[in-house]
Amino acid sequence: MNSAQMVLLVATVLFTLGLVGVLTRKNVIFMLISVEIMLNAAGMAFVAAGSKWQQPDGQVMFLFILAMAAAEVSVGLALVLQIYHQHKTMDVDRLKELRD
Amino acid sequence: MVITRYHPVHALLYLAVSFFASSMVFLSLGAPFVAALEIIVYAGAIIVLFIFVVMMLNLGNETARQEREWLKPKVWVMPAVLVLLLLIEMIILLFSNDTEPMQIAVVEPRKLALSLYGEYIIAVELTGFLLMAGIVGAAHIGKHKKEELHRFLQNGQGDQQKTKRTRKTKAITNEQTALHE
Repeated sequence: MNSAQMVLLVATVLFTLGLVGVLTRKNVIFMLISVEIMLNAAGMAFVAAGSKWQQPDGQVMFLFILAMAAAEVSVGLALVLQIYHQHKTMDVDRLKELRD
Repeated sequence: MVITRYHPVHALLYLAVSFFASSMVFLSLGAPFVAALEIIVYAGAIIVLFIFVVMMLNLGNETARQEREWLKPKVWVMPAVLVLLLLIEMIILLFSNDTEPMQIAVVEPRKLALSLYGEYIIAVELTGFLLMAGIVGAAHIGKHKKEELHRFLQNGQGDQQKTKRTRKTKAITNEQTALHE
């Protein structure tokens, strides 16, 4: 068992935990946190692969994932604020104006 | 620990600990620049953004109680089992072929910067576009729309609306400071 496999294993477990969080929580803020965990796991897999091949490309990809996560979380939190001001709730099951 | 907490602030603190731990993993992988960026951007900026929102929405013990009601075992068991199956499959895939042991090589920031501004320059500019669009979109979505009332309805609601409007502008400035972080 070498180091790259261990790091990939850690990244997989992190991704799984984030996926469980997205699937089970009903609060929008917790779902955003879980999405952050999943993005972090993906970046960790990129860095592990780049370290295995000894190329800087993996870290470059991590930088792009970082920027994307920052943009995503800012827009997502603005949407959360707007949802809370309009509906006074965080429950994703009650936000069903678009149904039918 | 992050996904099982009921209180939002506790979950955020566990998230910060998780980011520190993965930063240590990056450091041991020979990526010091990425480790520093992980702490600065994730634990510094994104956590602060989340905490701003938690403070603005005034989530507290009541939210924790509500979460405790929502998070029943019959809600989370089925997705957890399915995702656990996926995890086992992924682990089997990872360990089915044995590869040569890797040697840790430190990729120094100089090489990273040369690669970033050499062959990936277009991607860097596109990332700049993405961040700009993110800032503009967040500022536009977070801005509260002025309620347009018909002139027959405006009588008697002027004072109420004025106080509401001052509160909204305060909220907007709060969010802009959060974005700058």
